[in-house]
Amino acid sequence: MALITCAGLSLGYEGREIIKDLNFTVSGGDYLCIVGENGSGKTTLMKTVLGLIPPMAGSVVMGDGLKAGEIGYLPQQTQVQRDFPASVREIVLSGCQSRQKGFFYKADDRALADRNIERMGIKDLRDRCYRELSGGQQQRVLLARALCAAGKMIVLDEPVAGLDPRVTAEMYRLIEDLNKKDGITVMMISHDIGAALRYASHILHIGRRVFFGTKEDYMSSVIGREFISQGGEDR
Amino acid sequence: MSAVFAKLALYLTYPFVRYALIVGVLIALCSSLLGVTLVLKRFSFIGDGLSHVAFGAMAAASVLGLTSEMPLVLTVTVICAVLILRVGQNAKIKGDASIAMISVGALALGYMLMNIFPTSGNVSGDVCTTLFGSTSILTLTPKKVRLCVVLSLTVTAVFILFYNRIFAVTFDEGFATASGTNVKMYNLMIAVIIAVIIVLAMNLVGSLLISALVIFPAVSAMRMFRSFKSVTICSAVISVVCAFLGIIVSIIEGTPVGSTIVMVNVAAFAASCIAGRYLGGV
Repeated sequence: MALITCAGLSLGYEGREIIKDLNFTVSGGDYLCIVGENGSGKTTLMKTVLGLIPPMAGSVVMGDGLKAGEIGYLPQQTQVQRDFPASVREIVLSGCQSRQKGFFYKADDRALADRNIERMGIKDLRDRCYRELSGGQQQRVLLARALCAAGKMIVLDEPVAGLDPRVTAEMYRLIEDLNKKDGITVMMISHDIGAALRYASHILHIGRRVFFGTKEDYMSSVIGREFISQGGEDR
Repeated sequence: MSAVFAKLALYLTYPFVRYALIVGVLIALCSSLLGVTLVLKRFSFIGDGLSHVAFGAMAAASVLGLTSEMPLVLTVTVICAVLILRVGQNAKIKGDASIAMISVGALALGYMLMNIFPTSGNVSGDVCTTLFGSTSILTLTPKKVRLCVVLSLTVTAVFILFYNRIFAVTFDEGFATASGTNVKMYNLMIAVIIAVIIVLAMNLVGSLLISALVIFPAVSAMRMFRSFKSVTICSAVISVVCAFLGIIVSIIEGTPVGSTIVMVNVAAFAASCIAGRYLGGV
């Protein structure tokens, strides 16, 4: 059974429908990229899958032992976070929240946080203040936090927005490693159609026209060929 | 100098001075705890808004001739705190506008009630007392002291127990919701705690100056420290020290309690800006 099955999903906010009757599934080990024009509802879709906003119609069903709260989420950064006085470790630890039974973190929560800090290669930044880090370092911190919450799946909203090309490539490599080596299912919003085609196994294109399928099918489809030939600039 | 200490020692033998110090320090402690969260969430003015609501409720209570105004004031303020937070989520009226509307409305209503149904001959004196808390801290009854102690210890205990969750909700609501934290409930809890703190702090600094008690220690601490835990602890320490010094100075020099505490906080902020430069904080 698939990790996530969306059936007949309609999305929107304030009563305005932006996506109608959307169907797709995410299975274990998939690397799904969501592409589409600006304003096509990519972030709204992601928030609906995570249960942050209710769908206007249709359903999101989690299966294969995946529970709500077990998905690691890497949201777009907010203004509040940019000048937040918190150490890297405090932020990564807050990812253990969903496993937390009592009021305080236990030794295994701390160990998990430290493991994920190491996994992201930011061990030497552990006690640094979040707001003093570079954009790429901040994204690694948030990814480490997401991994603390994630059992099987991470969901990323434009993880490379605002990063320079070298850091972007490193970020993509990290995510690819998580997918290939650790078998973590990835669902990612991307503006970068080139990277989406390079790394993803499946593509979900939303907008006026909708496509869902493997990367290979997308590249040979009409909608995919058009979007790619415009360099994903159909915005 | 020894004359000052002799005077202080004499004053400390009076129970009302001891009450003022105990209550003042406890209120300063709990108002500083949530200050960090409020400042970071861009909710600095919620304290200001709610304190005006508390002023209105206080006026209503004295017009109604209630012997103990605390329960009514507390209830009204809690309800308004929840309302402001709810409305804040509604896009039709933006957060700051809704706070301004509720607070100015309540302020006007309170002043009007005090004028139409004056409870004493000196209306402007009454208003001044409620707004600037000039003497109320020195006229606390033992019963009120007990209530203040219980409430502020409860607030502190709740804050410590839910510290990790409050951190998560402050830093990133979206992530917290996605990982199964009931963000709405915690936001509600924060609103209720703020309301309790505001009502408590009205005794100390009056309703116009409460925001200072909430915001100054947090902002000062943020100048010097870089982790959430150290900022929170530092802001509590700054707040307690400032309140203590402020009360002592006001007793010895005969200055108004509320504004003296706030002035000490302003001085502490200036000092932390300088200290922050040298410590390398931002």
